[in-house]
Amino acid sequence: MMSLLEVINGKWVRVVSLTGGLGMERRLAQLGFLPGNKVRIIRSAPFHGPLLLDVEGREIVLGRGVAARVLVEYL
Amino acid sequence: MRFALIGQPNCGKSTLFNQVAGYRAETGNFAGTTVTYTETKVRVLGDVVELVDLPGTYTLLGTNPAERVVLDYLIEKRVDAIINVIDATHLVQGLTLTLELMELGRPLVLVINMMDEAKRQGLKLDGEKLEQLLGIPVMPMIATRGQGVREAFTRTWHIAQKKQRPEPPLYSAEIEKSVLHLKEELEKGNYPVSRRAIVVKLLEGDPGLTEQVARKLPGITTGIQKQVDILCHHSSRQAVWLIAAERQRIARELAAQIMHQERARLTLRDRLDDYFLHPFWGYVLLLLILGLFFYGVYGFGSLLEEPLLNFFNNLDVLILEKLQISGFLAQVLSGAVQGISGGLAIVLPYLLPFLIGLGFLEDIGYLTRIAFLMDTLMHRMGLHGKAIVPFILGYGCNVPAIMSTRIMEDPRDRFLSAALSTMVPCAARLAVIFGLVAFYVGPWAALGIYIYNLLVIAVTGRIITHFLPEDSPGLILEMPVYRLPTVKTVTAKAWFRIREFVFEAWPVLIIGSIILAIMNYFSVTQYLNAFLQPFNKLLGLPPEVGTPLIFGVFRKELSLVMLAQAFGTSDYAAVMTTQQMIVFTVFVVFYIPCLATIISIRNELGVKATWAITGLTVLVATLAALFARLVFLLF
Repeated sequence: MMSLLEVINGKWVRVVSLTGGLGMERRLAQLGFLPGNKVRIIRSAPFHGPLLLDVEGREIVLGRGVAARVLVEYL
Repeated sequence: MRFALIGQPNCGKSTLFNQVAGYRAETGNFAGTTVTYTETKVRVLGDVVELVDLPGTYTLLGTNPAERVVLDYLIEKRVDAIINVIDATHLVQGLTLTLELMELGRPLVLVINMMDEAKRQGLKLDGEKLEQLLGIPVMPMIATRGQGVREAFTRTWHIAQKKQRPEPPLYSAEIEKSVLHLKEELEKGNYPVSRRAIVVKLLEGDPGLTEQVARKLPGITTGIQKQVDILCHHSSRQAVWLIAAERQRIARELAAQIMHQERARLTLRDRLDDYFLHPFWGYVLLLLILGLFFYGVYGFGSLLEEPLLNFFNNLDVLILEKLQISGFLAQVLSGAVQGISGGLAIVLPYLLPFLIGLGFLEDIGYLTRIAFLMDTLMHRMGLHGKAIVPFILGYGCNVPAIMSTRIMEDPRDRFLSAALSTMVPCAARLAVIFGLVAFYVGPWAALGIYIYNLLVIAVTGRIITHFLPEDSPGLILEMPVYRLPTVKTVTAKAWFRIREFVFEAWPVLIIGSIILAIMNYFSVTQYLNAFLQPFNKLLGLPPEVGTPLIFGVFRKELSLVMLAQAFGTSDYAAVMTTQQMIVFTVFVVFYIPCLATIISIRNELGVKATWAITGLTVLVATLAALFARLVFLLF
């Protein structure tokens, strides 16, 4: 298990769990980061910028601070 | 009767609303354009129906103030039918909210919007089958073109008449058992939504609702905790996740039964982000787009400003000659002409292309791309990329910018982005920058003021962050697909904002100009100017600017329009040096937000924040203007 930050761009991973308090976890769940869902990093912004993710067909942008709270594993 | 439009962010609710109401609700191709509700009356089958457009929300458990509005509205107001709009291309996510809405026990119609986009992506949807499976009416729609709108409203009217209630979805056996237990504890009564919906929300831990129910039934909190513990014991997961996962499971099963994915035809549109979000070319394109935008506004505006100004100056002279009047009446009359000319010759030529351009960038979906590219830079100012939304809206008008800070979850982020976005030069200040600096000094100087403005905002942000450290983890937002806006929506949106200027601001400009003429006549302005004289001396400005600066608090354009009245000419080059024009403009850009903005800051953030932001802007304005003067003195 690792955080989304450690995932290689383009590789599919599965959400295992979320951290960061109930408010943050809810917010992430609303955007499709539910345990079991598949996620892929489409691209990341330069200068340590945010990640653009494909979450079950939707494109979601997460800052790195937030992405660190999504724990995933490779498929 | 009352219908409510509910859907997830950026699913086209406001577009649908505008189709039936005329342009009333702000639309934009990014999540969170609508932060409060807008109501209108529409005629359905001869009946007058109240229609309300609610902010986009992913679930009914609001996590930010804009989302909270939805559940509160449903509980407080009598809604006869809910029109749930979902995006055809994100069926599973959309249906999770539909399932939640089905629980409420209110008549419900499901509108599947953006059928054209789904077709483009090769998605085939069987609406009739979904209607059978869910037991609620399902209507296809292309809201941007008005297709399916009439049918959807007629259908909604019928089910509202029949009070046809949807069957709530059934969850797994453990959840159902807990729901049943809690339902028994919640006494029967007349609730605004079904008892089942209340119980499910309590299990999900909605803070507002829990508090409300606990006030009447103090014992319920232990009951809720017990059921949450039981569920947690079974699956080692919180009830809120179990229920969310259940909804997603049901939504997935539904989608699998009614959706068929054909080979999608990938077009250039799907590959645009390879360029627009490219780590190098993305920024080149960003600069190019903003540069083009700036020059478009300048080119169009300056083309019109000169002939219009000449026309009004001649008119002023002509009227006074023809009418053979002088003294008080002449002063008042030329005050009125200056006011009219200020609106038509200085403000509108720049406002028009600016609003059309901004509307286009908004609707096409580029603003969210800017947020993605600029997130790192925003962090340096202590904010995250989402704050770019109030920033960019701020270039149009600070009032919607302040309102849009509701999309931020954290109060500290809301305060900081409100404080910083009031310093963004809105369209009114754009008129001062372009009408004065670009026109008399040159476009490069105007561009310089915009860049200087960004630098000052960044430095201010850094300094505030030093005292209010950032604790929010960062950006979370949904990237919309590119959509080619129709001419109709872009012009309607521009007109929506121009109308506000023509009918609300312009009269104030004319009246303000007349009042100043009268004050001039009775030499009142002298005292005001004398009062501000030490301040003007500090900035090296002519004494006449004192009164216009005071009036500028009402409307920022007033400071320029009244300046013409104060000097007795609108040929600013004859009465001000280049340095004075620039220092004056820099001060106008930053100092006290206009009255309308102050009021909306008070409404959104409270009195204390209003004072803090007002004080801060005066301080920043003075320092920024002083620094600009210093630069002039040195070079």
